[in-house]
Amino acid sequence: MYIYDEIDQKIVDQRVDQFRGQTERYLAGKIPEDEFRALRLRNGLYVQRYAPMLRVAVPYGLLSSKQMRMFAHIARKYDRDYGHFSTRQNIQYNWPKLEEVPDILADLATVQMHAIQTSGNCVRNITTDHFAGVAADEIVDSFVWCEIIRQWSTFHPEFNWLPRKFKIAVNGAKSDRAATEVHDIGLHAVRADDGAVGFRVVVGGGLGRTPMVGHTIREFLPWQHLLTYLEAALRIYNRHGRRDNIHKARIKFVVKEHGVQRFREEVEAEWLQLKDGPNTLIQAEVERIEKRFTRPAYEKLPGHDAALDTLLTSDTAFRNWHMRNVHPHKVPGYAAVTLSLKQTGVPPGDATSAQIDAVADLADHYSYGELRVSHEQNLILADVKLTELHAVWQEAKKLGMATPNIGLLTNIICCPGGDFCSLANAKSIPVAQSIQERFDDLDYLHDIGEIDLNISGCMNACGHHHVGHIGILGVDKGGEEWYQIEIGGNQGEVKPGVRASLGKVIGPSFARAEVPDVIEKLIRCYLDNRDSEAERFVDVAHRVGPELFKDYVYGKADPESPRRRRQLAAS
Amino acid sequence: MAKLIRNRRVVADNWLRLKLAADGGLNGNSPAVPAEGDVIVPLKLWLERHDALAVRLGKTGVWLESNEGAELVAADIKRLPLIAVNFSSFADGRGYTTARLLRERYGYTGELRAIGDVGRDHLLNMQRCGFDAFDLREGENEVDAIAAFDELPVAYQASAVEPQPMFRRRLN
Repeated sequence: MYIYDEIDQKIVDQRVDQFRGQTERYLAGKIPEDEFRALRLRNGLYVQRYAPMLRVAVPYGLLSSKQMRMFAHIARKYDRDYGHFSTRQNIQYNWPKLEEVPDILADLATVQMHAIQTSGNCVRNITTDHFAGVAADEIVDSFVWCEIIRQWSTFHPEFNWLPRKFKIAVNGAKSDRAATEVHDIGLHAVRADDGAVGFRVVVGGGLGRTPMVGHTIREFLPWQHLLTYLEAALRIYNRHGRRDNIHKARIKFVVKEHGVQRFREEVEAEWLQLKDGPNTLIQAEVERIEKRFTRPAYEKLPGHDAALDTLLTSDTAFRNWHMRNVHPHKVPGYAAVTLSLKQTGVPPGDATSAQIDAVADLADHYSYGELRVSHEQNLILADVKLTELHAVWQEAKKLGMATPNIGLLTNIICCPGGDFCSLANAKSIPVAQSIQERFDDLDYLHDIGEIDLNISGCMNACGHHHVGHIGILGVDKGGEEWYQIEIGGNQGEVKPGVRASLGKVIGPSFARAEVPDVIEKLIRCYLDNRDSEAERFVDVAHRVGPELFKDYVYGKADPESPRRRRQLAAS
Repeated sequence: MAKLIRNRRVVADNWLRLKLAADGGLNGNSPAVPAEGDVIVPLKLWLERHDALAVRLGKTGVWLESNEGAELVAADIKRLPLIAVNFSSFADGRGYTTARLLRERYGYTGELRAIGDVGRDHLLNMQRCGFDAFDLREGENEVDAIAAFDELPVAYQASAVEPQPMFRRRLN
């Protein structure tokens, strides 16, 4: 956990006062509606379909049990007793009162939290790998670099009125669990042969209505130059990004229109002017930030626990959970645990105040008082002893957070959709629920194996449907809700050699009631055509292409499928 | 006389700002430049006539549109007592970059004035980027607006008015 010093605290406190003043002046009629809109957005306050929505920052998804309890407090005191964890590793409240928002922010500031730049055309919350600091394949601890960028971007005077929002992701491990190639800027840590740390800089990725995979504009940026390079890239974007069309205003369009080569030259030329200037990072600052992060006081433990092995053999339900929801840790004797917020029947990412408090207790008892929010909308206990996994599982079961589906079909990423969001064309939560209900057989889910299914209620793509192995997009046709299906998307290089890719639409869209059938046919096509269990859905989609899947869905496939023929031949 | 905030004080504005003719052209005498008094002329006029403008009685400044970058006046920095940057909309943030480049890259030390859709809640960032004069839009109260400069006194970044980022100041 990064612990504020008095300067960090002052910056958050003074923003509470500033926003309180802005809110009071607005309520007194002294700020025009459209301008207050822009001002409140910079503090995460939207006006949604039914009420304002407040998005509170969880910087890079890391928080303490104390901060978690504050979320529960806010849900109880100012909202309808629950919050929604978003794909940006933040939490959103759907029912706050506008005039109470300054009080909410003041409460948050008491635990070193805020809603700064969680919306608006500015640099948003920096996101990263939810296993940062504990991943076995770590290159650097990305939290440190995220915090350095957080400070640089907080109230940056030049970049508060960019052409459009700006999302930066940092990945510090070999696997890219931060989807860096689909961000405005993705920074991928690299260690040179001599051990020096730097970043590969990827620019111009993004989802939304015109999804694009980013381009590498620098293979190795030494860490000292991180901020001057970001400043150069943002400056080029601020000057050249389109402001005449909101749908073509993200940096990806500048990269596309200028071409990658010219864009790179522009950034590098600007950077040469800034390079080695005062924003050049220094070792002392990196060390200072590192020291302000509290670290678990890990014990020296054996890498194996015999009692755990026995339980895994004897208890099938525990084994299933362990297989999906427990993840390797770089320190022997420890593991990371995912607490699932994808219980069937509950909107993905939603948690009640009682659940939030209970998770805070779990973090205190089992994981050094810290937890993380994943961009898959789950909660992570990152530092659990192997000897305590069974106890954590039993506690998680009581909370309804032990659904053993991480990485599986029912671990759906889903935006709030038409139930809550004024932008949505269609509902997304009921679609997620109908799929979760259809695929309720755990053995079958395990047989299907790793698959990302993502749902967005409109083309703004908050549910990241373009990078789902299966993506579902809600569309409006003549006032009715329809759903378009894509396959073959991939959020990033999680499996070596399989880079980020965008899904392709398989054909005409479907009514909501048809969606579970379509998913079942896609899965049938996959199972019929995979060459082994190691070949995932997305691997087959890339290998055979969309045509075969279309045949299954739109009815041209041979009912005597290859798998069926193989089964017949074997029997 | 119109009012202005300059260096955190409300003062009378004695500069006359000239605009291009409706067709954007410089045909004939359009816009007519008075022989005396202080004027702020559009960039286009400045670029075409600066030798003539230089011998006027009275000072001549120049104003840039949102899309006109600092480099366009870089060569004239030394002889311009005033540069204004227009914010065609408060949401168009290009002027912030223009201001920083004028101050930090080209070393401009004269008056740097924000004009156009300039309201109280934008003053702080503008000032941090190097503006020292603010011609507020209609309906704003200059006296009340001055409080905005003190709203966020502590900042992480280096800027036109703070050459060192917080991380270098912290370590001292």
